[in-house]
Amino acid sequence: MATKTGAKKGEATPALTEIRWHGRGGQGAVTAAKMVAELALGEGKYFQAFPEYGPERSGAPIVAFTRVSDAPIQVYSGIEHPQIVVVLDSSLLKIVDVTKGAPDDVIVLVNSERTPAQLRKDSALKDGRLYTIAATRIAVETIKRPIPNTPMVGALTRITGLFDIDDVVTFLREDFGKKFPPKVVEGNIAAITRSYEEVQGE
Amino acid sequence: MAITQSEILAVTGNEAVAEAMGQIDPDVVCAYPITPQTEVVQLYAQMVADGKVGTEFVTVESEHSAMSAVIGSAAGGARTMTATSSQGFALMWEVLFVAASYRLPVVMTTVNRALSGPINIHCDHSDTMGGRDTGWVQLYGENHQEAYDNCIQAVRIAEHLDVRLPVMHMYDGYVISGAIGPLQMLTKDQVQQFIGPYRPTNPMLDAKNPVTVGPFDGLHGWYFEHKVAQNRAMDRAFQVIQDVADEYAEISGRKYGLLETYQLEDAEIAIVVVGSTAGTTRMTVDKLRARGVKAGMVRVRAFRPFPHAAYAEALQHVKVVGVMDRADSFGAQGGPVFLEVRSALYDCDPRPQVLPFIYGLGGRDIYPDNIEQAFAELEKTAKSKKRASTERRYLNLRKD
Repeated sequence: MATKTGAKKGEATPALTEIRWHGRGGQGAVTAAKMVAELALGEGKYFQAFPEYGPERSGAPIVAFTRVSDAPIQVYSGIEHPQIVVVLDSSLLKIVDVTKGAPDDVIVLVNSERTPAQLRKDSALKDGRLYTIAATRIAVETIKRPIPNTPMVGALTRITGLFDIDDVVTFLREDFGKKFPPKVVEGNIAAITRSYEEVQGE
Repeated sequence: MAITQSEILAVTGNEAVAEAMGQIDPDVVCAYPITPQTEVVQLYAQMVADGKVGTEFVTVESEHSAMSAVIGSAAGGARTMTATSSQGFALMWEVLFVAASYRLPVVMTTVNRALSGPINIHCDHSDTMGGRDTGWVQLYGENHQEAYDNCIQAVRIAEHLDVRLPVMHMYDGYVISGAIGPLQMLTKDQVQQFIGPYRPTNPMLDAKNPVTVGPFDGLHGWYFEHKVAQNRAMDRAFQVIQDVADEYAEISGRKYGLLETYQLEDAEIAIVVVGSTAGTTRMTVDKLRARGVKAGMVRVRAFRPFPHAAYAEALQHVKVVGVMDRADSFGAQGGPVFLEVRSALYDCDPRPQVLPFIYGLGGRDIYPDNIEQAFAELEKTAKSKKRASTERRYLNLRKD
């Protein structure tokens, strides 16, 4: 796991991965945070997922958190020192300090058409390992809706190695299969596998 | 009975409690269905609509009416439950006393959230801490699992003939209620066997044995004696809470008590805490122990009745105790839990110092760093020759 090294504080729990999600209301950040927790459950790990509660307004900046751990999770505060930051809307980079409190080697995944090098040039992102994925475009092309959350989970799977992509696909087929028609399920699977392939690093 | 565990589920705290209620399958649930109500009631209404439970579900026009309907139902002889939170709890206020004084074994889930004003819907314990003198048994849970476990145990405690008092069980708003966490469930059969069939005492619907409930009991009546009887029931609840927990451990493998102690045997400093913050505190204790600091923790589970003797026994050897309150009692020496703990330790010799900490009001987050600050304050006090002042210490208070 590429994510064990980053914890500055709260390091008492070994192999605890802390992910902070930045998105806008309506992009499915909270759903993605929960999906990752459920994937962790499928891997036999401990998990926790919760949004930073506030007024639910479409388009307003929101934050959500996921913890994944080999041991039971006791801490319930918001994540101050995330090892992984996922940004579902690149316009947030100008108004939110998305890597606040994060260690130097933080993994930052941004939903963007641009390459990490281009993005870094005109954003305030200094440290960390930057990855980009055109999640909204992939969502439109596969799910037919501009909701970038499942593609982001596909990219996250690739860059963190937290889960096996085959397990993610199986999970989608089973879990989404209970709630959505096959067309939607297959669209989401296509979104995830494409993002898994297309995510770009520096 | 053999311990059989379900697979681990990923659920919100509210889903965990709705599942517990579904397995209890009470005769009647009366609830107000609109904000500040939580998802518990919505999820339960769905179970009723889907025919998964046999409950008569009564929606009412206010939380005051919800508790009034609960009282009517329970006095009639039905196993009755409800759920509330925040302002809803506050609006129930006057009828909460009535439920307790009628000795109705009602179980109520209360999701701990702040009271207005300013308007705030986030986690703190102001709602139920304000209701600590209503005559209800109060159990505070830490996480998803305990919210589920306490809901089931509450039924047995309330209905025990030594108690016959309403029980409210709590868990932290949003932090637990809305967050996804792990839960292991019993089977419905196990829960049904554990709680047993309901046997009402003096039900009003028993036409052959007519009773009067709630008459005037004035100057020359028995009001005073009623109150003494309520308090004696609280005294007997100590043993019942523990016995029910022990029996529950046999079917679940999960042990609970009146309070939970952690690393306390040789502790020199300790924190007393309620709810989900106990998790963060336990983690901080581990971290301090690794550095050689003799830190410990007590987590409050039963707050009414408050087991003073158990606290004195658990904490008498500790030099400095910090009590963390997520509610304040304005104008008092400290928050509600502080007042209880300090009072409980009064007869100890030597007497530990007890310091009040206030944190997390209106959902203000409480980080591991904040708990470390509290422990650092206790450590400093333990090393000092002077007794520290008992003015409130505030954790994570804004300075800008």
